[in-house]
Amino acid sequence: MPFVPHTDKDVREMLAAIGAPSIEALFDEIPASLRIQGLDGIPSGMSEMEIGRLMSERARQDGRPLAFLGAGAYEHHIPAAVWAITTRGEFYSAYTPYQAEASQGTLQVIYEYQSMIASLTGMQVSNASLYDGGSAVAEAALMAVRAHRRSKSLRVLVPTTVHPNYRKVAVSTAGNQGLRFEELAYERASGRIDAAALQRFDGEDITAMVIQQPNFFGVLEDVDQLTDWAHARGLFVIAVVNPTSLAILKPPGQWGAKGADIVVGEGQPLGVPLSSGGPYFGFLTTRMEYVRSMPGRIVGRTVDLEGRPGFTLTLQAREQHIRRGKATSNICTNQGLLMTAATIYLSLLGPVGLARVAEASHQRTQELVAAATRVKGVRPAFDGPRFHEAVLLLERPVAGVLRELESQGILGGYDLSGDYPELGHALLVCATETKTTADLERFASALGEAIRKSARAA
Amino acid sequence: MSNRAEKVVFEFSREGRGASAQWPAAPATPATDIPAALRRTDKPLLPEISELEAVRHFTRLSQLNFSIDTHFYPLGSCTMKYNPKGCNQYAMLPEFLGRHPLAPESQGQGVLACMYELQEMLKEVTGMRGVSLNPMAGAHGEFAGVAMIRAFHRARGDLARNEIIVPEAAHGTNPATATMCGCVVREIPVDAEGDVDLEALRAVVGPNTAGIMLTNPSTLGVFERRIEAIAKIVHDAGGLLYYDGANLNAILGKVRPGDMGFDAIHMNLHKTFSTPHGGGGPGAGAVGVSQRLLPFLPIPIVGKNGERYRWLSEADLPQSIGRLSAFMGNAGVLLRAYIYMRMLGREGMSRVGEFATLNANYVMARLREVGYDAAYPTRRASHEFIITLKRQARELNVTAMDVAKRLLDYGFHAPTTYFPLLVPECLLIEPTETESKEALDGFVAAMAAILVEAAEDPGKLKGAPYTMPVRRLDDVRAAKQLDLTWKPAGEAGATLRRP
Repeated sequence: MPFVPHTDKDVREMLAAIGAPSIEALFDEIPASLRIQGLDGIPSGMSEMEIGRLMSERARQDGRPLAFLGAGAYEHHIPAAVWAITTRGEFYSAYTPYQAEASQGTLQVIYEYQSMIASLTGMQVSNASLYDGGSAVAEAALMAVRAHRRSKSLRVLVPTTVHPNYRKVAVSTAGNQGLRFEELAYERASGRIDAAALQRFDGEDITAMVIQQPNFFGVLEDVDQLTDWAHARGLFVIAVVNPTSLAILKPPGQWGAKGADIVVGEGQPLGVPLSSGGPYFGFLTTRMEYVRSMPGRIVGRTVDLEGRPGFTLTLQAREQHIRRGKATSNICTNQGLLMTAATIYLSLLGPVGLARVAEASHQRTQELVAAATRVKGVRPAFDGPRFHEAVLLLERPVAGVLRELESQGILGGYDLSGDYPELGHALLVCATETKTTADLERFASALGEAIRKSARAA
Repeated sequence: MSNRAEKVVFEFSREGRGASAQWPAAPATPATDIPAALRRTDKPLLPEISELEAVRHFTRLSQLNFSIDTHFYPLGSCTMKYNPKGCNQYAMLPEFLGRHPLAPESQGQGVLACMYELQEMLKEVTGMRGVSLNPMAGAHGEFAGVAMIRAFHRARGDLARNEIIVPEAAHGTNPATATMCGCVVREIPVDAEGDVDLEALRAVVGPNTAGIMLTNPSTLGVFERRIEAIAKIVHDAGGLLYYDGANLNAILGKVRPGDMGFDAIHMNLHKTFSTPHGGGGPGAGAVGVSQRLLPFLPIPIVGKNGERYRWLSEADLPQSIGRLSAFMGNAGVLLRAYIYMRMLGREGMSRVGEFATLNANYVMARLREVGYDAAYPTRRASHEFIITLKRQARELNVTAMDVAKRLLDYGFHAPTTYFPLLVPECLLIEPTETESKEALDGFVAAMAAILVEAAEDPGKLKGAPYTMPVRRLDDVRAAKQLDLTWKPAGEAGATLRRP
């Protein structure tokens, strides 16, 4: 019996100890009218060899194309040590560290993670992680409403330069509690938040403003000016950042005169595989004064009976298992294993390695844009500085071009025409340190061919 | 397991050291196009250590943990069953790991086939009509379920229905979820045998009832025998039934929530379907629904046209409660659950229900034999059961926490303590089906030995554990003198160091 160790003799002895005639008798409290006699719709079991073969076939079917896709999930080199250690049974098969004395490993990793992420974002405290970048934005908006003592409006400004899916998750998650997310437009030439569009909110009660840096287009926002504008009017600033970029970009804690109030983002770039979208992890950091408004688990360092340092879950009075209906969030888990992977990743990269990844990704993207815009019918959409993504404007519809690239084994980027129809034939591309000069040349030449083919077909 | 304390990673750090085999080359020319005002000027606090130092440090930290792979872990309501290694290996094939979430459907037919079949299998085991794999944890699935119930009422123009009924024994996430969905919580009591008090239920339902959240078997470890009557009362009042399917271990192949009358359910795939807990995540909280909630399922969902699989999104489900994750939820976790379900197959799944229940009833019977009191002695255990140390607390002055901590010294992870809140001094024990009789007997022997110690030397329990890396920790200090990040020596608030 797969994964059930009982022998016939065991079963007989156990039933005798219980005083039941059969295993079936143990279900005698379930009304007979509800009982089923099996699960006919489920296929028969497979051995590990058989399922291994099936999964290998399915994986082969999906292949490994050369990808220039970013849009919230980024391909980076993942050191072999990261997942070799993360999948050790002692991390992989442990539960949430409620029994602190028997979970010091997991707890210390969380403490180290909190220290690294807080410093990376330039903030004072971090939680132990959330589900993903999208849900972290939603939790940050809810947290801003809790922490902001004066604003009662539940209005949150969200520029359209924030990831479209994050905006959707925020509405699905926080809309039920009455939060209203109001859009802010971007400047067509620069791809940045339109500072002029802010004027109409002067004098209104607004709880918070979300600023994504780099924004969804890969463009760098003028974060100092935006942060100061928001703070001058009493808004909380929620920063949404790419953690890799923070090795070289100003951390949100230093934005403007006062720094952002809450910082969130998608942790996937830190050693987590793309894996069709998950599991990833969201991070959330803030100032010490708002620590009790944070959602999710937090680990603290304390001492034991003998005065030795040790780690434990703390500030649990915020959480659902104590506060029930009055908790700061219903969140129960964090993304423990992914956060573990990120902590190991950050330890291997260190400040120098992470900066190298950020610089190399930036450089590769600059080269990609240069190579692609040499192709006839391709030009950059925006003129401002960028991190490791860029929007290209094509003279042909993007969908057809992408299909053609796909037939060459290339995923050419993300088609923006669904989310940003006003941009026309716009394609979001990304290159990281994983791409070689040869890869970029292959992309540019295939892109040129795809555009010509599309033009001929028209 | 080791009991040797490990330094904090930053204490190994030496400027100029690093795992440089993992770094890309420095760009030949520094980028000048990012303005200085947008650049970072300080160095983030990240360790500068060699690869070997990192490997040793994190390997040593792992050795400070209990885990299923190393210890029996009878943690009630958490279903700490064996996580088969094959599920991990085949979910981590390079093509699955490398697939970008926004890659086209044509470059994902393999993974989408797995997801589609997983949806179908979950429909079959729960008796529901539709499934979405989107939610990323149990509480996230609960949120989706209650949000769908709310959306259902609102779509009918029935705006008054904002009350969610929750039995007092419910998991804390249930009321917290109701609040997150903008609903009001109404708690109702259970009777002396652990069943919902039907009179109290009848008194509380009405035109404001959005629905009820139930677990069955309940968090008290017993099957709710009058579930059909409950379903009728709530449905007749215009409310819907939500099943907290955190755990299906007790009912797999025996009875289905859809047949009991539930309209929405979430399933913790990290419990019943054996994906790893990972020290607190990632989980996966797939949701299932009855016919009337189908239009409200969270997107995306995998659909099938002929032999091709495709994503269903806003256009296909305009009434959907929307998107709950940036992409498609915890795909890698879902793959592990899929592999597990295919390995078990229909025979194996029914066996899960049978042997999880056998193990729980066996441990309950043996613990009663050695002197412990079951909280519901007249009832069958489901996949789990509660013992109460109310008597020992009174007679010997030892608490459930003392017994739990002492168990660690005997090499067993503690059961769940002080949950559900309404049973005094309780331990919620769930052995799962993957434990052998010898492992269970070893646990019972340890519990018996602890009871003897409690009578002879209660101080020994009060001071436990003794063999872990640390003794009991000062939680009050942890919450009052917050030390949440490491600070270098000499800086204000520098972190405690080991002597």
